[in-house]
Amino acid sequence: MLRFFTNAKYDFIGLRSYAYGLTALILIPGLIFLLIKGLNYSIEFTGGTLLQVQSSKPVDVAVLRQGLDREGIHGAEIQKFGAENEYVIRARVAKPGSDANDTQATALAVGHALDNVLGAGSYAVVRTEAVGPKVGAELRQRAFLAIFLSFFAVLAYLAYRFEWRFGLAAIGATAHDILATIAFIGVMQVEVSLTVVAAVLSMVGYSLNDTIIIFDRVRENLHKHKYESFEQILNRSVNETLPRSILTHGTTLATLLALTIFGGEVIRPFALVMFFGVFVGTFSSIYIASPLLMAIEKRWPGPAARGHLAPKPPASPTRKPQPVGSAGGAAEPALSKAKGQRGR
Amino acid sequence: MFSTIRSRLILIGILIAGSIYFLFPRNATLRERGANGVMRDTVVTRVPLKRGLDLQGGMHLALELDQSKQVSADPKRDLDLALTVLRKRIDEFGVEEPLVQKVGDSRIVVELAGITDPARAKAIVQRSAFLEFKITDETQALEKALPAMDRTLRSLGIKGEGAPTQPSAVQQLLGGDSAKKAAPKGSKDTARTKPADSAAADTTPVSGGILGGLIQPGSGTPGEYMVPETAFPRVDSLLNISAVSRQLPRGIVLRWSAASTSVGVQPVRYLYALDDRSIVTGANLVDAQAQIDPLTSGPIVTFELDRAGGRKFGEETGKHVGDYMAILLDGRVQGRPPVIQSRIGRNGQITLAGRTLQEAQDLALTLKAGALPIPLKIVEERQVGASLGEDSINKGITAGLVGTVLVTLIMIGYYRLSGVVAVVSLAVYLLFTLGALSMIGATLTLPGLAGIVLSIGLTVDNNVLIFERMREELLHGKSVRLAMDEGFQHAMNAIVDSNVCMVLTALFLFQFGTGPVKGFAVTLILGIVASMITSIFVTRTFFMIWLQRRPAMSTLSI
Repeated sequence: MLRFFTNAKYDFIGLRSYAYGLTALILIPGLIFLLIKGLNYSIEFTGGTLLQVQSSKPVDVAVLRQGLDREGIHGAEIQKFGAENEYVIRARVAKPGSDANDTQATALAVGHALDNVLGAGSYAVVRTEAVGPKVGAELRQRAFLAIFLSFFAVLAYLAYRFEWRFGLAAIGATAHDILATIAFIGVMQVEVSLTVVAAVLSMVGYSLNDTIIIFDRVRENLHKHKYESFEQILNRSVNETLPRSILTHGTTLATLLALTIFGGEVIRPFALVMFFGVFVGTFSSIYIASPLLMAIEKRWPGPAARGHLAPKPPASPTRKPQPVGSAGGAAEPALSKAKGQRGR
Repeated sequence: MFSTIRSRLILIGILIAGSIYFLFPRNATLRERGANGVMRDTVVTRVPLKRGLDLQGGMHLALELDQSKQVSADPKRDLDLALTVLRKRIDEFGVEEPLVQKVGDSRIVVELAGITDPARAKAIVQRSAFLEFKITDETQALEKALPAMDRTLRSLGIKGEGAPTQPSAVQQLLGGDSAKKAAPKGSKDTARTKPADSAAADTTPVSGGILGGLIQPGSGTPGEYMVPETAFPRVDSLLNISAVSRQLPRGIVLRWSAASTSVGVQPVRYLYALDDRSIVTGANLVDAQAQIDPLTSGPIVTFELDRAGGRKFGEETGKHVGDYMAILLDGRVQGRPPVIQSRIGRNGQITLAGRTLQEAQDLALTLKAGALPIPLKIVEERQVGASLGEDSINKGITAGLVGTVLVTLIMIGYYRLSGVVAVVSLAVYLLFTLGALSMIGATLTLPGLAGIVLSIGLTVDNNVLIFERMREELLHGKSVRLAMDEGFQHAMNAIVDSNVCMVLTALFLFQFGTGPVKGFAVTLILGIVASMITSIFVTRTFFMIWLQRRPAMSTLSI
């Protein structure tokens, strides 16, 4: 059978200080950049007017801009969108207090400008969006509310299924993922649209999924290997789930790659953000969630069960802290018997 | 409960049959308005999975009560009223499966799929369609009030900015007065030339004041005035100053005509002084039809009033024979006010000079659906052309196919025969998800497709978790049967925990998200549920069958 990393025994947790350094190296410049440049919100969030135009022949962006200036629309963003003759024109609402009807007026004015520059009938408006500033602010609020509340729900669920320490560590890792992803969005100047928010949220789900699968192993190993230290248990769990991680992330990245390449302009930001999110999520499940769990465990020691037997016999004759795969035949009957009794 | 392969297969069969049933193409009736303006039903056969606006093209509007001009006494009731009116109008508009929905407490969302004329749709949605009939003023109230109005303006410090040189109102007063006594038909010709002529002749600066210089009496119709089209916005804003409008006698209102008219070389806008009291309103209207007037071959809208409205209309018109009656739609006078020849009963007509039949049809349908209690403003608008939607679908399908092929290759390459099992259950999963989406009548949007792609990834992950667990157990030296059982059992915890967390997040997205995000959440939730069913139940059943056929199997192709 084809296997990857089945008998892996990497010292993931031991390398955590390097991992922290790497995270800091990514996060700090990213967040500073974000503070300086800010996020590039789409008009869904800021309010404004967007028109996607397909002209019969390519037109210079500067010419389009002149036409818009003549209609009194200054500072509009004009972007080539995919094909050579497709443009996206964004005119944001200037004052936050201005009326939603202004966005309608803007759309009309843009239409005028296009008639003048391209000639009526030689272009087609394939998409328009006009969002009042009030709606934009509301959308932003709701998106943040959704993330925030889902945090609590996840915390509560993990506290119920595992215990609160695991929940807290998972939330910490997820918060890290969100920060890193937002920094990525900022640095890459990806436009923050609703689709991108959806990507961030599914990335959160994905990373959480990954963390939980490792934690599930930790929970199991805590019962199984009572003579190991907490650090050993964490390392063992990460190593044991490594083949699964590689394969799952591999297939996910493959689908996301397909989406990025073939999905078209509209879905590309989603795929791009998810692509990054899968990397960050995998990294944080191993290097943020697990060490965080360890730190929380040190600060607020958990119930007696966890690793307290570890210092007693460092080299137990019955069970060695060996990778599962190489455990050999001798210990097997006892192991499987124990499992059979515990069966859920 | 489902311990035997037989009972498991029966359940899977039921689920598959159900999914196919919900996905089976069926007939749908579409109401459309044909070229002749008559609604007709067409029947099409198609898969009952709705495509969202971003995939098939269409328009999404979010509307709120526009209280800038008129404050609603009971916004909640007015919104509900507006909702029913919009529903009626949009049903008549003839769009396939339109969506008119209240969102939250203050917003109405309208989604029209596949429309080709968004401007027209917007007009139909936004038009208040408040119909009124008012008698024009015969007391020359405006002429009398104009000097006072101009004095008020002067005292406010508002000066005419190089106001167009026009004959003063006082000068025109006589002309207007004499014209009034003449028959309406005959006076028209004189009225048409007179203002333009005198405007050209009289170039001396006006001392009468701003409004006095801009507003001049119209032709024979009493209460009719003319304002040059270029000055229309300025005059309108001046008249809206409350200190100015107070100068009018009580019970008289000023209303503009709906469109500008050419008088001589100059486009003018008519202004009417009207009795504030409406003799009847559109609330009494029961039917309206667009027609072509055989005499003028221009479009007209004929209407019919209900019994009470007809009685009132008859009484009032009986009292006002020989007077002029203005027909107002949304506060704008439609056409020139006709003279009341005799008592009018339940039926009447509105002449729409210079408009198309389609506009008349739209007017008829908005009138019939009733007036909006308060005008609506558009707070959000999205529009996707049909070609872009098609493009998105094609690209989404390409991406989906490539992704599926990649996943299939990876799974079969890595897990061999077990990988084949995983791919088959992935196909079953897709069937379940689409069937469930179709069953709840969900709409498939682009973010929705992304949700499906994501849940495909999760389904693969579930299978990977199970297979890895089985491999571990096999490495421990367990028999194939035991490894299989324990693999499923142990993977179950991780699968349940991770999937429940995902569903929790998705539920919050559904609750607090809007539009596209909601679509994403719905497909994700359904996808996760289907994915759990397939990986825990269907995949396992396949393995049970496999084991049953090869009981002596000592190695597993995994």
